[in-house]
Amino acid sequence: MMRYFPLLLLVILALLPLGLSDPYLLNALIQTGIFTIGAMSLNLLLGYTGQLSLGHVAFFGIGAYVSALTALGFDAELLFGWRVVHEPWPPVVGFVLAVLIAGATGYLVGRLSFRVRGAYFVIVTISFAEVVRLVALNWVELTQGPLALTGIPAMRLGLPGVGEMIFRTKVQNYYLVLAVAALSYLVVMRFTRSRFGRAMRGLKENEALALSVGVNATRTLTIAATASAAMAGAAGSLYAHYFRIVDPDIFIFATTVTMVIMVVSGGKGTLAGPVVGGLIFGLLPVALRPVMAPEAQWIVYGAVLILILFVMPRGIVPKLEDLFAPRRRKPMAAPKPLEAEGQP
Amino acid sequence: MSVSVSEAKPILCVDHVAVRFGGLTAIADLHFDVRPGEILSLIGPNGAGKTTAFNVITGFLKPTQGEVRFQGVPLAGLKPHAITRLGLARTFQRTSVFANDTVLENVLIGLHREGSGRLIDAIFNLPRERAAERAARDTAYGILDLVGLAHRADEMAGALSYGEQRLVGVALALATRPAMLLLDEPVSGMNASETQVFVQLLRTIRARGVTILLVEHDMPMVMEVSDRIVVLNYGRLIAEGPPAAIRANPAVIEAYLGKSAAKAAEQEAAHA
Repeated sequence: MMRYFPLLLLVILALLPLGLSDPYLLNALIQTGIFTIGAMSLNLLLGYTGQLSLGHVAFFGIGAYVSALTALGFDAELLFGWRVVHEPWPPVVGFVLAVLIAGATGYLVGRLSFRVRGAYFVIVTISFAEVVRLVALNWVELTQGPLALTGIPAMRLGLPGVGEMIFRTKVQNYYLVLAVAALSYLVVMRFTRSRFGRAMRGLKENEALALSVGVNATRTLTIAATASAAMAGAAGSLYAHYFRIVDPDIFIFATTVTMVIMVVSGGKGTLAGPVVGGLIFGLLPVALRPVMAPEAQWIVYGAVLILILFVMPRGIVPKLEDLFAPRRRKPMAAPKPLEAEGQP
Repeated sequence: MSVSVSEAKPILCVDHVAVRFGGLTAIADLHFDVRPGEILSLIGPNGAGKTTAFNVITGFLKPTQGEVRFQGVPLAGLKPHAITRLGLARTFQRTSVFANDTVLENVLIGLHREGSGRLIDAIFNLPRERAAERAARDTAYGILDLVGLAHRADEMAGALSYGEQRLVGVALALATRPAMLLLDEPVSGMNASETQVFVQLLRTIRARGVTILLVEHDMPMVMEVSDRIVVLNYGRLIAEGPPAAIRANPAVIEAYLGKSAAKAAEQEAAHA
């Protein structure tokens, strides 16, 4: 039952635009999709290694800025009078660079903070996000500061045989986001089921035991942070080319909190958790808009979160797994009297 | 019970190690060798420093002075995972399993370094990766067969009995392909028949060429299985030798039972 849930959801989401033409709803779905990818990337770190990145939006924002600047071009002094004039490149190159550069910053932050355990990573990530926000705000020559980068071109994808696709309409962007989200889901699945994923889970469950079987904690966590940041960078790139505008407000703390809420309510350390949490908290404002003012929506938002965590402390998906897979909840079977393999 | 133990160079040297926490001396001056292929037991009353010694050997604690060498390599400054990779694996006294994973998954975590699979292989699910996964599973089942848990492979490790969890801990340690295994009170929580099965398992493991260092309180078990015994008290080595000699050693009896018992034992020996 649970096995086919992701595929079923993908089919439903793929068919959705056929019966849905309201641009407001499509916009909400696209935005939800982008932040769900962010939540999936956060889950890789928070859910599977137990390390909380409270500056996750930094990687998201770096992805957005890198992608936007690559596509727009810039003329700015980078370091010590080293002036770079960059001609606009195709947005798809921006996407790739966003993934790579966000991943590289994730690597650096991980290398710096995973030598020790505990709150250090949380503090380093928060500070990092703030530093990046200040840079985006004040490096006007490169980022336009509070004036924002505007006129970012829509994503273009040159496909051999098909020709060039431009993602200009909402429906096109919807499918682009859905495709990247499905791909991210697949990457997280393969990643966490591989031996790297096992090492990550081992560290989360019992660090001393994991070390004793040879898990290199610093390296494993740094790999997870790199992959997580790269994926957040991809989401940021999608954001830039969909909204076509990026300003330093992209780095606000509330965005990180939203992603944390999506992961925690859906279920940390489960594949479907951030998707379920992302859909609920991404679309909740849409459902509430006709009935109440934005200020009141936030209260309901909080109430729903508290309710979910009160009823299902581990999140929605683990709860559903328990309901649909009673195998694991059954008390263990009594030892069989005769075992083929016998005792050593 | 005489087993020929090679008199070759020791596989593990604990070279005048001391551990002090502030003013507390956990280990004063510990010095012993483990020879390849033997089962050596480290015993002593509670608080004698046995687990501290274990933690120093496996890199979880830094010695205040002295050094530990494994196969000639000084372990000073190496992190626990690096020491494991040299072939020195350990089990823990208490929680020794990843409780929320199945027994098979536990062993697979222990096998995480098997194969040369890279992350990219895993993400693209290349045939090379799938073959490595299959091989790891086969190896894991092999190890579970060895420790007698193959029929429990799909149970949650946390749902097993204490005795069985100990076996999972041993399976995890074996998954790292150690040359030497350090077991911290492996039979505590086991009943007599489980202990007997475990003794057999230790012999099987040793027969595969793995040297074993054992910390244990179960004296009959220690006497039965050990080639040699090292006795600690108050962080000092007080005796070293084969089980028979240790059993008759007055210093050991004194450490465990007090002075009068030691005197009585001495008189008994004199009359005999």
